[in-house]
Amino acid sequence: MIDEPIVHGIEWTVKELFVYPNEFIYWSIQIVMYPYMTGLVAGAFVLSSLYHVFGQKDLKEIAQFSLVFSLALLPVAAVPLLLHLQQPTRAMEPLLTPHFTSAIAAFGIVFTTYALIVLSEIWFVYRKYFVEQVAELKEKPGLSNAMKRMVYRVLTIGAYDVSDGAIRVDKKAAKVLAAIGIPVACFLHGYAGFIFGSVKANALWMSPLMPVIFIMSAVVSGIALCMLTYIVIMEWQAFRQRRGGGLEVAGAIKGAEKEVINKAARYLLGFLVAAISLEMLDLIFRGYTAMKSWDILRSVMYGKDFLNIFVLQYTLGNLVPFVLLILPRRTLWRTVLALLLVLFGVFMMRWNVVIGGQAFSLSFSGYMHYEIPIIPHSIETFKEGVFGALTVISLPFIFFWIINKFVPSLRRDTTSI
Amino acid sequence: MKWHVLRPLWVAIGLVGLILVSRQFLVPDDFGVHGRNFTYGYHRLSNIQEWKDFPVKYRGRESCVECHEENVSMLNASSHEPVECENCHGPAVNHPDDKELLPLDTRRELCLRCHAFLDYPNSDRGELMSIEDKRHKRRYECIKCHNPHDPKEDME
Amino acid sequence: MTCSRRDFLKDSVGGTLASVLPMSAFTLLSQAEAEAAIAESKVRWAFLVDTTKCVGCGLCVKACKNENEIPYDAAVTRTWVERYVITKDGETHIDSPMGGRDGFIDDKIRDEEIDPEDIDKAFFVPKLCNQCDNPACVQVCPVGATYQTHDGVVLIDRDWCIGCGYCIMACPYGVRFFHPEQKVADKCNFCYHRISKGMQPACVECCSFGARRIANLKDPDDPVTKIIRTERVAVLKDEYGTKPHVFYLGLDAGVR
Repeated sequence: MIDEPIVHGIEWTVKELFVYPNEFIYWSIQIVMYPYMTGLVAGAFVLSSLYHVFGQKDLKEIAQFSLVFSLALLPVAAVPLLLHLQQPTRAMEPLLTPHFTSAIAAFGIVFTTYALIVLSEIWFVYRKYFVEQVAELKEKPGLSNAMKRMVYRVLTIGAYDVSDGAIRVDKKAAKVLAAIGIPVACFLHGYAGFIFGSVKANALWMSPLMPVIFIMSAVVSGIALCMLTYIVIMEWQAFRQRRGGGLEVAGAIKGAEKEVINKAARYLLGFLVAAISLEMLDLIFRGYTAMKSWDILRSVMYGKDFLNIFVLQYTLGNLVPFVLLILPRRTLWRTVLALLLVLFGVFMMRWNVVIGGQAFSLSFSGYMHYEIPIIPHSIETFKEGVFGALTVISLPFIFFWIINKFVPSLRRDTTSI
Repeated sequence: MKWHVLRPLWVAIGLVGLILVSRQFLVPDDFGVHGRNFTYGYHRLSNIQEWKDFPVKYRGRESCVECHEENVSMLNASSHEPVECENCHGPAVNHPDDKELLPLDTRRELCLRCHAFLDYPNSDRGELMSIEDKRHKRRYECIKCHNPHDPKEDME
Repeated sequence: MTCSRRDFLKDSVGGTLASVLPMSAFTLLSQAEAEAAIAESKVRWAFLVDTTKCVGCGLCVKACKNENEIPYDAAVTRTWVERYVITKDGETHIDSPMGGRDGFIDDKIRDEEIDPEDIDKAFFVPKLCNQCDNPACVQVCPVGATYQTHDGVVLIDRDWCIGCGYCIMACPYGVRFFHPEQKVADKCNFCYHRISKGMQPACVECCSFGARRIANLKDPDDPVTKIIRTERVAVLKDEYGTKPHVFYLGLDAGVR
């Protein structure tokens, strides 16, 4: 490990031509991961709300799943920030002394509010199951069952009434929360876009469209991830059924899966079109008005970052999946490929905004190249390198696995709604 | 009325209460708006004094003259009068209490900062008496021949 | 149904409480009191840079690093000097090796030889924090770790900064950076510890050519203030609305 003081950012920044001495790529991979993860959170929640609020019955199963998955994603959204902060032990300060003129100060409030909404909604949906588990586990011996029962007792928060009237109230409450949650989820991700869009010093970021672009692409990524995970899980369940000889049940699973995926795909396409339209609008405006920064922006976007922006994000990440999804006789494999490309495309969008915005100097006379640390040789190159990003991306699945043990979101009999 | 429906609200309020209570312990009492407005004046008041108490390193020529009168008066009468003692001798800090001898940079590079010729039309740099580093006594330190306290001493 | 109305209020109340109650813990001055405090302040610090006098010796950068304990070999600095060489073909060559810490001894710019015959204009531009009147960096700090004092200087609370870097991204002038040892944001503060004692900032003290001077804009008898008020001065990047308080004499249009 290196002991001498290292300038933060110097190890992964390569400067070209004239860059101000203090400029480095300070916001690196973790700041790319952060909006990506919050985007998945928001998108998963919106997908869930499409069922709860707008009564899209075909989406019931994926909605239940995506609600809980949204919860699994939520703590993960905070991890990139903890890894990025130079003083992570002070991470609570935005909750203690929030300076509300800063978009980042909104983080503490919005995040907490959103977490409470998701937790509350899950509570109302699964409360009956919790109560039933408390009763069931009482009969079963053993320490692990007793401990599990304790967890369920806490989860009920002492509300044991599961009469029809009580369940009706639960349903209503969940619907209200799902409705409130949509604007809050939009705010959660819109403010992330505002963090960038309000930085007048950054010629690429500064745009009133930024919050909206972020929200659109967040919903796109959330829906895509939920669809993908849902497909994987359903395929696995069908596979298990077939192995156990239950061919008919497997067939039913596959049939239901297809309906759900078709429905969700239509929403995905809508948001995909919205997202790409806004980005095109932003680009066209910049080129047309040709402000002072246009020369360097153009050389970055059409030159150095051409591959990242036009090939990887717009073509592979937007156009190709769009075509794959609308062509008739869509197969499962084609859908899976399209979803993976969409997720990749949204990631590239975050990358192109965060890293792209630091690809040119404030002097407009130089460039900075981002060389992401691959093999870490220090804590900093781990946190802000490939392995730090991989850690973040794997956490939601770990959290989901744990949460799902207590809140089974994939079974049809556990939800009261 | 199904009162159980409010339970998550109590949990939420409890959490907010927890944050407010911990605020009392974790946030310094003098944290608030001290100044123009919330936008520009929200901070911990005692930090201002902390910055005022930051240790001074460069003490200036007035503090050197107390002990080094001869060199200072030579310097004051010479063409190097505008050059601060500490530019070449480094910051005095607590000298002579903590450091009897200040580290002196005698390398050519120090002198070349001003005296390496750069033909720049809009800067006074071109006006300074200067040399072309590559062509002038490359192997020697400047002070071998030039007295920094009186550069024109013994020079034609 | 009373139940659903309660449900509806549930998290809106929770959310509102969460946002409102922390504000109640402020020590708020009344608007009049706050304005009076600023109006009464007899000091508003400003800086004057004379680019015609700067020779690019870089002794200011060295002095600043020593005075303010910025690690000498770190590639960050609270103040720096930029060299501009504009050649006859219209190209602008700019460099600032280590911020000008070691001066400018070589006439090569990034290993490119420039024939003096080709030079149309060449000069040096010292830069430092502009201690803006509407500092964008202060606006975006999420925790109140950076702020503007009553005499116009923008300071950073090292014990409170969380190191998010938002202020660094928000500064249009690139004056902020992460302190390699303190692991918090850092920037020039006009040597606040010196000017509060009646001394000059270290860079002003160590400039042998009078290219750097500090002024109190509220003192009509301050000679530097007189220059700022009566001579033609410019500021950097005023289009951002930050109202910078470092004024330049002889600033060229090509300065970035």
